[in-house]
Amino acid sequence: MGKELLLIEDEPNIIEAVSFLLSRDGWTVRTHSNGADAVEKVLKLRPDVVILDVMLPGRSGYDILRDLRARSETANLPVMILTARGQNRDRELAERTGVTAFMTKPFANGEMLEAVRALAPVT
Amino acid sequence: MTLNALVAICLSYVVFLFAVAFVAERWAMRGRVRWLRSPIVYTLSLSIYCTAWTFYGAVGAAARSGLEYLAIYLGPSLVMIGWWWAVRKLVRIGRSQRITSIADLISSRYGKSNLLAIGVTVLAVVGTTPYIALQLQSVTLSFEVFGRDAPGAGAGEPQRLTAFWVAVGLALFTGLFGTRNLDANERHHGVVMAIAVEAVVKLAALLSVGIFVVWGLSGGVAETLARIDASALGSWQADGGRWAGITFLSAAAFLCLPRIFQVLVVEAGDDAHLRTASWAFPAYLMLMSLFVVPIAVVGLDLMPAGANPDLFVLTVPLSQGQEGLAVLSFLGGFSSATSMVIVAAIALSTMVSNHIVMPIWLRVTGDGASVSGDVRHVVLTARRVSIGCVVMLGYLYYSVSGGGGALAEIGLVSFAGVAQVLPAMLGGIFWRGATRVGAVAGLSTGFAIWLWTLFLPSIGAGGVISPEILAEGPWGLGWLRPQALFGIAGMDPLLHAILWSMSLNALAFFTGSVASFPTPLERLQGAQFVNVFQHSAGPRSWTGGVAQTEDLMVMAQRILGAEDALALFAREARRQGVRGDLPDPSPDFLETLERELAGSVGAATAHAMVGQIVGGASVSVEDLMAVADESAQLLEYSARLEAQSAELSRTAAQLRDANRKLTRLSVQKDAFLSQISHELRTPMTSIRAFSEILRDGGTIGDGDQTRFASIIHDEAVRLTRLLDDLLDLSVLENGQVSLNLREGTLGALLDRAVAAASAGEGGATLRIRRDHAAEDVRLVTDLDRLTQVFINLVSNAGKYCDAQRPELHIRVGRAEGRLIVDFLDNGSGIAPEARDTIFEKFSRVADQKAGGAGLGLAICRQIMARLGGDIRYLPGRSGAAFRVELPHEVALAAQ
Repeated sequence: MGKELLLIEDEPNIIEAVSFLLSRDGWTVRTHSNGADAVEKVLKLRPDVVILDVMLPGRSGYDILRDLRARSETANLPVMILTARGQNRDRELAERTGVTAFMTKPFANGEMLEAVRALAPVT
Repeated sequence: MTLNALVAICLSYVVFLFAVAFVAERWAMRGRVRWLRSPIVYTLSLSIYCTAWTFYGAVGAAARSGLEYLAIYLGPSLVMIGWWWAVRKLVRIGRSQRITSIADLISSRYGKSNLLAIGVTVLAVVGTTPYIALQLQSVTLSFEVFGRDAPGAGAGEPQRLTAFWVAVGLALFTGLFGTRNLDANERHHGVVMAIAVEAVVKLAALLSVGIFVVWGLSGGVAETLARIDASALGSWQADGGRWAGITFLSAAAFLCLPRIFQVLVVEAGDDAHLRTASWAFPAYLMLMSLFVVPIAVVGLDLMPAGANPDLFVLTVPLSQGQEGLAVLSFLGGFSSATSMVIVAAIALSTMVSNHIVMPIWLRVTGDGASVSGDVRHVVLTARRVSIGCVVMLGYLYYSVSGGGGALAEIGLVSFAGVAQVLPAMLGGIFWRGATRVGAVAGLSTGFAIWLWTLFLPSIGAGGVISPEILAEGPWGLGWLRPQALFGIAGMDPLLHAILWSMSLNALAFFTGSVASFPTPLERLQGAQFVNVFQHSAGPRSWTGGVAQTEDLMVMAQRILGAEDALALFAREARRQGVRGDLPDPSPDFLETLERELAGSVGAATAHAMVGQIVGGASVSVEDLMAVADESAQLLEYSARLEAQSAELSRTAAQLRDANRKLTRLSVQKDAFLSQISHELRTPMTSIRAFSEILRDGGTIGDGDQTRFASIIHDEAVRLTRLLDDLLDLSVLENGQVSLNLREGTLGALLDRAVAAASAGEGGATLRIRRDHAAEDVRLVTDLDRLTQVFINLVSNAGKYCDAQRPELHIRVGRAEGRLIVDFLDNGSGIAPEARDTIFEKFSRVADQKAGGAGLGLAICRQIMARLGGDIRYLPGRSGAAFRVELPHEVALAAQ
């Protein structure tokens, strides 16, 4: 089957939209909507790609990303930050933290699909 | 005529002068000063400007360089006619300050600086010595003219001997009549009278020779004019630069020459005399110059080539056998020479004794002697010795320089030297900003340049300055060549020296003054000099102790304030046991007063002020009052400044505060915009994603399609609500909202709120407990706004109350006259750390997802503030608890 993707996002309607889009594109989409235990979730599921919101309840997306990069098993995991804060500052912060891709809300569906496809590791 | 006869004539003339001076002194002692001090005498005494140089030298100058000699008369005439008011100011200052010499004037103006006094004295002595030598030379030459015929008369040693005895005679005369009294004003009635007589003699002599030449030798005016036209003089071309330079120089010298200053300022009786002198003196000069050209022209015609033109006045009559006229002419020249030497010696000896000998003597003998009676004797001796020295210095210069050189050139060198005082003098009486530093700088600069470019070269090549230095400059520095400073060569040496010395002198004076700060005494003197006409009507004297105390009192009042001064004086009077409020000016009291004053105006000024009043010195009360007023103004001004500076620092603090607030606001604004952006983008994301899904088609289930559309709708509504809230909040925060005051009951408002809230999320399950009896309160307020608050609180309870069976208790009460409405639910409440921020914008309580953007409570707080009430969180309860307070006047009638 297709590759697995974990969407960590707290806004239900956005979860629904992204899930619908990527599922139709052949991804197996799993979702999680709390920041506090997001890292454990990633470690447990071991997805191929992670899409990460920034303003999450419990913990900020950047903290989660920093944590993931610090762990050997997830250091190279493709992670896309998906945020409503699209200023340069945020983009720079994401890049310093070691993000793989950066996308701002709202997004064009086509771009989202392209970006996530690009993240998928070649098999 | 024999030399002996001539000596006899000379001696008789001198005896005559002695008699004149003696009689004048006697008259002065008997108080018959009016005649002695007539404007005519004053004008005639000014004629010491016309020395032997003018008497003999003008003819010589005319024979050598044409009409150039006229410039020497032009300068003083211009000063007397055009600068009349400046001279008047000088005279007035001289009298009100009891100035004794030009050195005293400069020193006094610049804070009684002894350094300046010595400087000007040295300058005057150095500048005048050649001039005195010149007089001796002219007298000797004139003797020689007569002696040539006498048997056994040789050249060289006898000449020098003549000069020596003339010098001794002059020194004796000056010593006798110039130091007879130590009058405070340094006036010498006898000398002035003798000079006036001499002025008449020299004018009469020159006019006689002139008349003899024009009518006796040439045969009338027309013939003389024809003769002039035919001579070399007729085709003489003026050198504009030299002409202007000499005019300026003679004008400057007229103001600065020590001897002119002596008669013009020191001996001046009444400045009204100036009015007469302003036309009479130029007229005198005109008469003196009238026959110069004819004598020169006729002399050149008659006398053998190589004859000294400086002596035409004597030799022309002699060659025509007019011995009597020649003797008269000789006496004229003798008068010119002697009057100059006498007055110059008096002026210089005053300076030397006052500024050099006396300070040294006082220092050597110690301070104690300075008040004892024998000072008078010492001063007189010093003055007499100084006179002897000055005259002998002139004699020395004469014998060293060998009596060579044209008379006029020596005179001009001397003029240029003393003219260096001009910037400091004029600056001092017209410019209050002039300072001692500036005066010293200007004087020393000008003096140095004059020495280098004019005086030293004038002694003659090979004298002090070798021909090599003259041609190449010292140490081969070309730009330092004495007669081509800074590489400007080819100029007339005199003009060159005047130009450089005067301009650099003035520049140094100005720069030094601007760059330095005057001392209190300088400020005081500066004010008195510059404003001499406003301040003092004339010197005043003090009589008796009471007058002094009164004056001290008036001054103290100006400085200390009326009440403090009165109290101080009364206290002292009581202590002394004196009746009334005016104590005796005892030393103790003066010391106390001085200390008090020093607190306000500084020690130096206080000392000067008290000293001036008590000592009765040359400063008038008006002057002191002017300074006191000035100090009071300064004090007031500084108090104002202090207040202003306090205010400034307050303003600065306010500005810093405002800046902090602005910075904070700016940070808040950034955070707020960032928040809004986030809040807007979130619904937008869903709307865009789903609308693109719907637009792009593809496989979508039927149920999905409808659901997606309704999500788009919901998010659009959420966006609209968010925008409404934002606008509402913005209006409330800016205070632009206008309240719509109406009357209603609290119960009715709560009914509306509960009804509206129960339609929303969680509203259906929330149970609400109310006390309808207590709610029957009539209100006058903006009912819609208050309802908006209530709706918010009720719907928040519906959304966030996490109890199993959520329940809200609305409780109405009163506290201190204010109406209280509490909203208490049975949930787990709000975490203590979040309670402070729940009323901030976008402060949604963590982990609790609800539709709002977090603006509700912020809006509530703004509304309550507008209504004059308050909303806050009630701590100490298990559930969430909000209290709304309404001010007393809102609740019309509680039942």
